[in-house]
Amino acid sequence: MSGSYYVPASSKWPILMVVVLALLVIGAGSSLSFGHGFGLFLAGMVGVLVMMFVWFRDVIHESRSGLYDAQMDRSFRMGMAWFIFSEVMFFAAFFGALFYIRVFALPWLDGEGEKGISALLWPDFSASWPLLKTPSDAFTGPAEVIDPWHLPLLNTVLLVSSSITLTIAHHALKNDQRNKTKLWLLLTLILGFVFLVVQGIEYVEAYTQLGLTLQAGVYGGTFFLLTGFHGLHVTLGACVLTVILLRVWRGHFSSRSHFGFEAASWYWHFVDVVWLGLFIFVYVV
Amino acid sequence: MTSNSYSSAEGHIHEPPLRGIKRWLLTTNHKEIGSLYLIFSLVMFFIGGTMALVIRAELFQPGLQLVQPEFFNQMTTMHGLIMVFGAVMPAFVGLANWMVPLQIGAPDMALPRLNNFSFWLLPLAFSLLLSSLFMEGGGPNFGWTFYAPLSTTYAPPSTNFFILSIHLAGISSILGAINIIATILNMRTPAMKLMDMPLFVWTWLITAFLLLAVMPVLAGVVTMMLLDINFGTSFFNAAGGGDPVLFQHLFWFFGHPEVYIMILPAFGIASMIVPTFARKRLFGYRSMVYATASIAILSFVVWAHHMFTVGLPLAAQLFFMYATMLIAVPTGVKVFNWVATLFHGSISFEVPMLFTLAFIVQFTIGGLSGVMLAIVPADYQYHDTYFVVAHFHYVLVPGAVFAIIAGVYYWLPKWTGFYPDETLGRWHFWLSVIGVNLTFFPMHFSGLAGMPRRIPDYALQFADFNLLSSLGGFLFGMSQLLLIWVVVRCVRGGKPAPDKAWEGAEGLEWQVPSPAPLHTFSTPPEFIPERDSPGRA
Amino acid sequence: MTGVWLNRIWHAVLWIPVVFFSHPLLAKNLYGDSNLNLPVGVTHMSREVYSLHMIIFWICVVIAVVVFGVMFWSLIRYRKSKGAKAAHFHENTLVEILWTAIPLVILVVMAIPATATLQKIYDTSEAEMDVMITGYQWRWHYEYLGQDVSFFSNLATPPEQIDGREQKGENYLLEVDQPLVLPVDTKVRLLLTSNDVIHSWWVPQLAVKKDAIPGFVNENWTRIDEPGIYRGQCTELCGRLHGFMPVTVKAVSKEDYQIWLAEQKQQAVEKAAGNEREWTLPDLMAQGETVYNTYCAACHMVNGQGIPPAFPALAGSPLTTKAEGRATHIELVLYGKAGTAMAAFGSTLSAADLAAVITYERNAFGNNTGDVVQPAEIKQQLKPTE
Ligand code: HEA
Ligand code: HEA
Ligand code: HEC
Ligand code: CUA
Ligand SMILES: [Cu+2]
Repeated sequence: MSGSYYVPASSKWPILMVVVLALLVIGAGSSLSFGHGFGLFLAGMVGVLVMMFVWFRDVIHESRSGLYDAQMDRSFRMGMAWFIFSEVMFFAAFFGALFYIRVFALPWLDGEGEKGISALLWPDFSASWPLLKTPSDAFTGPAEVIDPWHLPLLNTVLLVSSSITLTIAHHALKNDQRNKTKLWLLLTLILGFVFLVVQGIEYVEAYTQLGLTLQAGVYGGTFFLLTGFHGLHVTLGACVLTVILLRVWRGHFSSRSHFGFEAASWYWHFVDVVWLGLFIFVYVV
Repeated sequence: MTSNSYSSAEGHIHEPPLRGIKRWLLTTNHKEIGSLYLIFSLVMFFIGGTMALVIRAELFQPGLQLVQPEFFNQMTTMHGLIMVFGAVMPAFVGLANWMVPLQIGAPDMALPRLNNFSFWLLPLAFSLLLSSLFMEGGGPNFGWTFYAPLSTTYAPPSTNFFILSIHLAGISSILGAINIIATILNMRTPAMKLMDMPLFVWTWLITAFLLLAVMPVLAGVVTMMLLDINFGTSFFNAAGGGDPVLFQHLFWFFGHPEVYIMILPAFGIASMIVPTFARKRLFGYRSMVYATASIAILSFVVWAHHMFTVGLPLAAQLFFMYATMLIAVPTGVKVFNWVATLFHGSISFEVPMLFTLAFIVQFTIGGLSGVMLAIVPADYQYHDTYFVVAHFHYVLVPGAVFAIIAGVYYWLPKWTGFYPDETLGRWHFWLSVIGVNLTFFPMHFSGLAGMPRRIPDYALQFADFNLLSSLGGFLFGMSQLLLIWVVVRCVRGGKPAPDKAWEGAEGLEWQVPSPAPLHTFSTPPEFIPERDSPGRA
Repeated sequence: MTGVWLNRIWHAVLWIPVVFFSHPLLAKNLYGDSNLNLPVGVTHMSREVYSLHMIIFWICVVIAVVVFGVMFWSLIRYRKSKGAKAAHFHENTLVEILWTAIPLVILVVMAIPATATLQKIYDTSEAEMDVMITGYQWRWHYEYLGQDVSFFSNLATPPEQIDGREQKGENYLLEVDQPLVLPVDTKVRLLLTSNDVIHSWWVPQLAVKKDAIPGFVNENWTRIDEPGIYRGQCTELCGRLHGFMPVTVKAVSKEDYQIWLAEQKQQAVEKAAGNEREWTLPDLMAQGETVYNTYCAACHMVNGQGIPPAFPALAGSPLTTKAEGRATHIELVLYGKAGTAMAAFGSTLSAADLAAVITYERNAFGNNTGDVVQPAEIKQQLKPTE
């Protein structure tokens, strides 16, 4: 173990990443605040993708040239695990907001509980979830909400099975069954992709037919906040899995050492678990 | 094609170091990145401090003299944000970068490239934040706590930039924390168990967990703000079914642990320095570790003590009051352990020790006023007055900042190979102590007398205290120029320091040469717990 | 010889922090407790809070004296320069248990009275009257529920005093045009809310501080023992003029309160009459100036120059000077502009005041349009929402 820990002498990717991020945030900020700069934002976005590509490419190179030892492998594992933990906390904030709104804020506005006196301001309001009618006319609630037992149920099935197919792929990889790995991984990706398409359909329906929009009061807000960020994570996870699939194709992983694969699958399972929470608390309950 | 000039599989880095600006931009070395963090933090300290001086100059006497209220609010807000996110946090990360690998016998941080990235995000985040001051409508003016709806519906247009810079700083902290955790858990020299780690390492490990748990929540809440501002959601607007108080819950769920993020590493530093200059082993190593962990755990269930006046249900008020008071117990354990370490020691008063002793005293004063704030009925009278301002500056300035300065004086010989000038250091110390107390002690009185926070002008009965505070603020601010002088001189030369720069010091960092060469511990150092562990029997 | 002196100085210096901490006591003795401490206040609750404050304060002082006492004694006694040799102990289970348990006990001792007081503060039952307090940027609105009496309470300190062009008065920044009048010996329930951002209503002498949160209502109560004027301020950052949003409570005897209430009702009737009649230009201008300086000058400045770009100038603006702008001008003042700081004043000001301020804006600051806007026109415009 001694002296084998790989420390790259220097690297230009981090600083270049910061540069493209600068484009991204300056573009985003000025287009949101002052209505121009969207192009810069897009350029930054592309830049970030490129940088991720080259940065990861280097890491993969190093890994394949045998520069990493078991200790390095553990560093990567810890890094990924704790990164996922921080993502869990990110979603926890949103779930917390959802519970707070439902358990405290809305009943108070409706005259129940310790701050029920607030109903003085909203005499006509009655709390319900889904919140179809908001306290003030300044916001219009959704006309209808999404039936959990149609598309969302389908999506649940899709995502849960994709976790299973991914596990099968992983086992196959551990047993050195290359083709089986590719097959199941591909299947996982397809399931993920279909999930995204279904969610897209659901969003279109929400906007065009149900009046369920970001602006539709706090129901719309929490709905899109939670499902939207989840959707972004699925997209990201799918991108990562695509890269992993390409790498399997190129014969990158061995049956014993395939941390890239594992990290991607942790991430995928995490996204899956978040979905289960969403399905229960956003759609069903 | 790039820096892919890989070193050989078993070796370290054989490439000649880059020169000039490129070296700093591309570095992956924990010592260089540590220095970058420290320099950045110092710059921010001066920028934030200059803003504090603008505040103090305006408050020198009643009436509006120098600045308009909207600019004053921007100064207050930026001062808080910059000191917290730009000065104190990066300073601790810088110290961690420098010292954690040295203290655990690691060749570097676990994820060196990520380390570089974490650092360089900060200059971006803060230039963005500072640039918002010059935008149409001005910069953030809603306090460092940016309560909705002042920060959403009623905010200046530049608020999106503020949100994005918080995101960037947050990503930096999260990646930094991941790196520190991986380093501590994975890179220790073989024989070093967790319970053999120096306390600075322990406090940072726990701090890193706090960071990972709460920075994402901050990211979440600013994201919700972004949506409320730009996309018509109503999370913090009752008209659509939301609640402005929800913002505060989310913010303080981050915000309270955040204040411990700013103090736990300070406890770590004090726990290194006190034994060194008392020439006696730290009293109660284990209880120090457990106390740190308890503080961290408790810090998740006390957030609403910042919200006692928002009208929480009675049961919630009581719960948060009791939980908050409870934190005094583990914190007391720490203070008592330090005092017990001094007791029957063989004490000398070098500059790092002076700052540490002042830290202990002043932090305790701030902690005690914290306990007063925790008492809900009394907090009704203290809340959002200068009494609170006094409290948190006591724990932050002669608290966190003094600990950082103590750490800098303590480890400068290791960084530069020279001792910092003792005479100048003493001047720096005494002027700082006098200045800091002159600034913040009178604030207890202006607060009790009824002066609200965040006001550019005040009633006549507060005039005397404000005059003192302003004088003190300028004295303290100016004395910090000495710090720069000391550091610059120490980098240039001075009395050479041996490997073990302080007679009573213990730990692996004192086994490498002073100044520490760029690469240390390519092979893990020998560590015999029975002999070297600070927790040995 | 010099060594001894240096040592003495060194000793003295080491004691500085101790002296510093005992300073509140020193100071208290020196100056009396005029404004170095919380006011005792004029309600039962405020006195209870005060004594709670003193209890916890003294407990903290004692803790500090003990801890710093041991610490400084050790520092002096175990100096290396005096040849102190370090002992080797580094653990002691007994003392560690003790110094965990004793603080815990002390905390319980503090928590008991705190809990009792808090429960009383939360008991708003059996109030004899209700006042609804609404925070606005940057003034308070008081509504006596069930009495048809309501009014705004604005900062009364003239801008000249703030800018230093005039001597500052005794109640600089703490004076209002119309205080909240309350009867003594009456349990008054205070209901708090806000029209825009979060404000916080604080009167130290009553020991009442509660946030006013838009969209929600908070409860509190007070029962004042002595007639008098009690001053406080808004204590939640609420934007530009947060520091200029005083709270003034005038406590009067029950009889005086009834007289005052009757007067207020009478005035409301007169005010309503003002909305019905025709006004002359000079009358409108005079009334308009008062209204403008109270409600509009905070943003648009006394001279109508505003603070561009945040707050537009009214002097010479097309809206206020051109005939085509007239309708929009009225509309804007009545309904405000969503998403900006320009609030809707249609429900805040009376028709007469609105007419007056709009007339004023069209004729002051060199706008000189000669336009007259009558209350009747305003009422016409306001109709649809009524
Ligand atoms: C480093 C930062 C730091 C630290 C360590 C602390 C520590 C503590 N803080 Fe502080 N606090 C802040 C930073 C910090 N705080 C900031 C920035 C704010 C304002 C935010 C804003 O609004 O802008 C704030 C505000 C704040 C409030 C809200 C006040 C208000 O707005 O109304 C409260 C209320 O409970 C509080 C309490 C405490 C307590 C109980 C501790 C405890 O941890 C202290 C424990 C320490 C001791 C008690 C001393 C040592 C112990 C002994 C010697 C043992 C014996 C003691 C007893 C038995 C009492 N703090
Ligand atoms: C770690 C954090 C930290 C630190 C170190 C400080 C340091 C100081 N703070 Fe601050 N402060 C906060 C955190 C901190 N503060 C927070 C969180 C708030 C709340 C914000 C809010 O309400 O939202 C606050 C609010 C706050 C207020 C209340 C403002 C208000 O309510 O309106 C005041 C008022 O006096 C103040 C003063 C000071 C002073 C005088 C210092 C001094 O210690 C500063 C020392 C000065 C210098 C270091 C200046 C050095 C500069 C020179 C010597 C000039 C040369 C210049 C150049 C070379 C550029 N601070
Ligand atoms: C809190 C700050 C604030 C106060 C108080 C305020 N205004 Fe405004 N006012 C604004 C802002 C901001 C705008 C610009 C709105 C926009 O973006 O169009 C504005 C615009 C106007 C305009 C249009 C100016 C133009 O040329 O476009 C008029 C007229 C006006 N206000 C009248 C008033 C009157 C009358 C009052 C008092 C009764 C008042 N305002 C009080 C903030 C304020
Ligand atoms: Cu209203 Cu501050
Ligand atoms: Cu806190």
